[in-house]
Amino acid sequence: MDRSEVKRWVKIEVVCIASMFAMACAGNPAPVEPEPPQPPPAESQTSSAPPPAAPPRPSAPPPSPPIIEEEGEIATRSLEELNRESPLQPVFFDYDSSELTSRGQTILQANAELLSEYSTWAITIEGHCDQRGSPEYNLGLGERRALVAEEYLISLGIDSARVNTVSYGKEFPFDPDDTDEAHARNRRAHFVITGR
Amino acid sequence: MLRFRILLSLSFFTSAVFLAAQQPSLPSDLERQQSGVDLIIGDRIGAQPRIAVPNCLALSPEPEVASAATTIAEVLWDDLDFEREFRMVARDTYDSIPAARSLIDLPLDDWRELGADGVVSCSVESLSADRIRVTARLFNVRSLTSSFGVEYSGVASNIRTYAHQLSDEIHRHQRGLRGVARSKIAYISDRDSESVLGLVEDRSTKEVYFADYDGANVRRVTISRTLNNNPAWSPDGRSIAYTAWRPFMDILVSHIYQGRLESPVEGNADTQNWLPAWAPDGSQLAFTSNRDGQPELYIANADGSGLRRLTNHPGIDTSPTWSPQGHLLAFVSDRTGSPQVYVIGADGTGLRRITFESHCDRPTWSPAPYNEIAYSSQTGAGHDIKVVDLATNEVRQLTYGLGTNESPSYSPNGRHVAFSSTRGVGNKQIWVIGRDGRGLRRITGVGNNEMPSWSP
Repeated sequence: MDRSEVKRWVKIEVVCIASMFAMACAGNPAPVEPEPPQPPPAESQTSSAPPPAAPPRPSAPPPSPPIIEEEGEIATRSLEELNRESPLQPVFFDYDSSELTSRGQTILQANAELLSEYSTWAITIEGHCDQRGSPEYNLGLGERRALVAEEYLISLGIDSARVNTVSYGKEFPFDPDDTDEAHARNRRAHFVITGR
Repeated sequence: MLRFRILLSLSFFTSAVFLAAQQPSLPSDLERQQSGVDLIIGDRIGAQPRIAVPNCLALSPEPEVASAATTIAEVLWDDLDFEREFRMVARDTYDSIPAARSLIDLPLDDWRELGADGVVSCSVESLSADRIRVTARLFNVRSLTSSFGVEYSGVASNIRTYAHQLSDEIHRHQRGLRGVARSKIAYISDRDSESVLGLVEDRSTKEVYFADYDGANVRRVTISRTLNNNPAWSPDGRSIAYTAWRPFMDILVSHIYQGRLESPVEGNADTQNWLPAWAPDGSQLAFTSNRDGQPELYIANADGSGLRRLTNHPGIDTSPTWSPQGHLLAFVSDRTGSPQVYVIGADGTGLRRITFESHCDRPTWSPAPYNEIAYSSQTGAGHDIKVVDLATNEVRQLTYGLGTNESPSYSPNGRHVAFSSTRGVGNKQIWVIGRDGRGLRRITGVGNNEMPSWSP
């Protein structure tokens, strides 16, 4: 046992005694046999910590704080995460049509509200078509769908400078199956947030 | 950069008739009469001459030369077979015929017994490390004469080119036909399995490629890592216009032998341009644009100047194609409710509806002397390739319901149509068929390949 170790022993003893004194003062009059010193653990100070305090007595729970809405939650995500969650809903069209359905108008109104709320977002509206028809004609049809959605958003007060359009025709189907359901899912105006 | 061009130095030691025949034209009885009976192989009027193409003689010891001697014969056989002007004697029947001792010393009697009317005799020799000489003669096995001979020398890197050139010259000399063996076919493909950059969804890129007319020798044109579409060869065969997503749709022109890219009509997010079509003289481009609020047709000079609007209708007007003389265009419009083919004057007058079917698209005007338009027509779940004769308005169908068949493009001699089809394995491949609906063959096989454009 070298000198520094002896010093540590002494220090630990002192701390132990001091803490026992404190406990005794706190209202525990029973004499206590001093514990034999423990060999120093690897983390020397841990053994000297006071024993855990007694559990608090049961009492009425504190009133819950009001839940504050996290306003910043969406805005802190990357564009990629944002688009993956698709906060702007797609608008679907009938076969070979670029006319907005009433459901399509409702969705665009919701999208317009979101765009008003997040007034810095810039978007691209992608026009897509189902797998029927030729790729060349579908470029025009997809363009019409994107333009119709853009015009409606502008009519709802969205600044045209925030909206771009592009047609992908039938190049990027959402669902590549050759079923009526897949076709219906593919005839869409898809919204991508490109800036915020 | 791209070094595609093989410089062939040619020296012809044959008839003046061949040398005089510089301008492409079609077979005419007059031309054949003038060229003399002995020069043309074939014993009966109207019968297809039977031609054999044995392996070329390898005049140098290198294995590359031996390999070239076989390749040239194989490719030439396919090239001559393609136009169906000759009945080709199957190569696996040649075993019994003794090999030629030289270019001009071959057993013509044996070839006649096998049923050939003519035999191509050819030789390959090495001139230097990377240069070869190819010499060929076409023999008439009855007259025991050779009326056609040619000698090429050039680089050894693309052996197939020698066969293609030889085929085109034999077609010219023997049949007065403009062959297409040296032409190219551009298309878009996802064969390199790349994804579009900067998107959440995994979307495969489509890049522009081109290959020889038989699908060999594939070369990539675009490296944009985005979507590209509708390649269109310029009439001089030195540029390809196409639609590129930048990410807005715009027309780019790639000068493929210079490595130079142009955006002649300068699209942007608000003014998008797509589906370019060159005027026959290359001076103008017709295309679709949304610049006035929705898809209409426009024409601009090749440098982008002189823009003018061609159509004006609330429907979609798109997919322009020029008539061979350049004074008319065909296009697609859904102005009556479904897409149909129309013809209009290049000055915007004289609109005429051409098709009356459920859904027609991608018209392609044939080269002269045919006056017809190929298009894709909805015939059920998919499309088929049809052709309308503009003189008679008669429609004939080239494909019949296997998969979907789209985007027809004529060969420069008008005798063949390339198109994309999902027939067979289900993915899209480029197929070629005769304008008479015969001779179908597939020229691509890796990935999906579509929207062919046949070069001049």
